[in-house]
Amino acid sequence: MRISISVQEQPFDTGAEIAALTSGDRGVGAVASFVGLVRDANDGSNIAAMTLEHYPGMTEKALQDICATACQRWKLLAVRVIHRVGRLVPTDAIVLVAVASAHRGDAFAACEFIMDYLKTSAPFWKKEETTSGSRWVDARESDDQAAERWKISDKR
Amino acid sequence: MIKLLYFASLRERLGTGTESFELSAGIATVAMLRDALAQRGDVWEALTTMRNLRVAVNQTMVGFDTRLKDGDEVAFFPPVTGG
Repeated sequence: MRISISVQEQPFDTGAEIAALTSGDRGVGAVASFVGLVRDANDGSNIAAMTLEHYPGMTEKALQDICATACQRWKLLAVRVIHRVGRLVPTDAIVLVAVASAHRGDAFAACEFIMDYLKTSAPFWKKEETTSGSRWVDARESDDQAAERWKISDKR
Repeated sequence: MIKLLYFASLRERLGTGTESFELSAGIATVAMLRDALAQRGDVWEALTTMRNLRVAVNQTMVGFDTRLKDGDEVAFFPPVTGG
């Protein structure tokens, strides 16, 4: 199992990351990926930019734990997670989760699982710059529910 | 001594991101630590009034009944909003 985690300020190249994920592994039959972007609007306000803060050390550990859990639950060949920190503007990519497996079912499910758990258990915080000042983003209950459903649903 | 960390909106309210703290005999759990810090008054009361305060001990999210020992790293923060 190959798990690779990066927390970085620099942008990433999704195509290059997926190519690296599968490079030389003839067993890979499926790659599912998710890319999260900065939107220009949130909760009724225009967003000019946002700054992502994190907890160095715990962040990498939390992401590693989430990916390890996914690897126990599904048959995966490789996982790549990149999360950016610092100041980002609309259209910037924030996060990449890419999962390689032999068959699509494992890749699809694990990719969604990793994103849902990342949202509720990886220590990142967003502060938005709106036209009326800056504000910390509130956690959404829907994110907790998204993570919660993986506990009750049967293994897919 | 233990190391305390504060993040995001909580860090801004407290005006500090980190401090060293002497773990006295009366502080056995995270909840007791939180209450002791809140007793500093003023902005520190946020630790007991903030909704959904989260805590990590040694970089793992835990419950407030978690026991503390010398050398621990304890972080308080609001619910996470990454992704």
